Amino acid sequence: MKLKNLALRKGNDFRPTFFAFPYVAICFIFVVLPLILVLVYAFRDTDGSFTLNNFRDVLTAGNLKLLLKTVGIALLTTVICLLIAYPTALILASKPFNKYVILALLFIIPMWMNFVLRIIALRSLLGIFGIDYGFGATIIGMVYDFLPFMLLPIYTVLMDMDKSYIEASTDLGANSVITFFKVTLPLSLKGIVSGITMVFMPVFSAYAITGMLGDTDTTIIGGKIHELFVNADVWGIGSAMSFVLLILVFATMFIGNLFGKREAGAKAAVKGGTNE
Amino acid sequence: MNKKLWLVLRWVFLAVVLISIYLPIMLIIVYSFSSERNIGSDSGFGDFTFSLYGRLFQNDLLMEATLNTLGIGLASALLATFIGTFTAVGLYYMRKGKKAVNLVSQVTVVNAEIVTAVGFLLLSIFLRDVIQIPIEKGVLWLIITHTVLTTPYVILTVSPRLNQLNPNLYEAGLDLGARPMRTLFTVIMPQLIGGMVSGFALAFTLSLDDFVVTNLNKGTSGVNTISTYVYDNLKRNLDPAIRALSTIIFVIVLVVLIVFNIIKNKKAKAEQSASKPLGK
Repeated sequence: MKLKNLALRKGNDFRPTFFAFPYVAICFIFVVLPLILVLVYAFRDTDGSFTLNNFRDVLTAGNLKLLLKTVGIALLTTVICLLIAYPTALILASKPFNKYVILALLFIIPMWMNFVLRIIALRSLLGIFGIDYGFGATIIGMVYDFLPFMLLPIYTVLMDMDKSYIEASTDLGANSVITFFKVTLPLSLKGIVSGITMVFMPVFSAYAITGMLGDTDTTIIGGKIHELFVNADVWGIGSAMSFVLLILVFATMFIGNLFGKREAGAKAAVKGGTNE
Repeated sequence: MNKKLWLVLRWVFLAVVLISIYLPIMLIIVYSFSSERNIGSDSGFGDFTFSLYGRLFQNDLLMEATLNTLGIGLASALLATFIGTFTAVGLYYMRKGKKAVNLVSQVTVVNAEIVTAVGFLLLSIFLRDVIQIPIEKGVLWLIITHTVLTTPYVILTVSPRLNQLNPNLYEAGLDLGARPMRTLFTVIMPQLIGGMVSGFALAFTLSLDDFVVTNLNKGTSGVNTISTYVYDNLKRNLDPAIRALSTIIFVIVLVVLIVFNIIKNKKAKAEQSASKPLGK
């Protein structure tokens, strides 16, 4: 009996936190250190001294235009994805359709296929339709690539939603339009937010798509940074531009978190404090 | 009548989206059996032939890229699953610093991929020139970077399973005389296998799909994955055998996912009927 109690107490003290230590080391070398290196290169001259010249070279009118264009492409892609994905998810999660799991799966399957192969397939199709490479083709390609990433989180949230809220709303006399805007839409906000984060920022790096479907006018910031490191070999300017992008990432993350928290709070209130 | 029309309209909407998604893929599949070099060229479809499939296996560079893709994907996904699972367990028991580790691991998830890619490139130079570790960009470096890139996703898939575990299981193991470590490996870890499998699948597909990190970290020795091979050769002369490869990949993805889902549904149903009270 004594022995057992001893074992129990010992067992409760047992905390294998050291299991996480290798990963902490990995994080330091492969996540933190690279960011420090980006910072160092961004503020370093070719001879090793401190400089702000890289930022002067980055913050030119041409580059600001490039950044704005990238933001524009990302926004447009996100909005179109949302406009297609939301109704699709809504239908898939609604009554006769939510029985067919395979039907929903069909919409997600392309996500698992290599995206470069999918984009060259799209390229052939656009060729048949006589659509030239350029801005329009780029947007089509971006939407084609990112749609499943918008669809999946919204669909998941709508499927998990407690349908009795809708019944309650109808019972209380709201019509389907009011029910949608007052109940369904707010409850699916979390899915929308994670969908947006899975589309908006990744577009900045999706220069493979602009490379395959765009023209010289559709270069995005991700492609420009790649170019600075490979073709132009000006790492200082490339790092400075990466640094600017990094700040943008954290800014959008911060905004996303604000929405996420408010949503989590609202959800907790609705569920009577029983947060999962 | 109104209700019926509404139902039809919703089916039509879904059909239009589905067709838009699959039209390009179907086009490639159909043309993988064509003798034509270019799709939609004025001469039409040409003859029905399997020659592109034969050609695929004769294109050494493309075959090498395919093997690289699979090898890097498997190796990095295995490593990520191993590291990620242990980390999730460690974090589960961690009191202090848990938030900080989670935050740092999330940096790779939310960061723009191009910035991550640049960071890895600068790190490889730093390790080689400053620390003097003889690391060369290439397959090994890609395995390392892909592991770092995908481990957070494994942690994200395994952690919820840990939180769902019945804490009494651990106590039970101790009560039956097992030491804490043994309990961990024989009682706790087996419960995580489902999460580990999902994490592995996620890490594997993320690695297969990666372009940005690979493109900047593959080095100049001619190492390619499918993504970079296709991208590099697009402007020059892309081998039409790529249509055969796309078809094969699509069929594999389709079969794996449908089988996986059927198994999952069966399991869910079995669990449902098992959890039903007796006599019902």
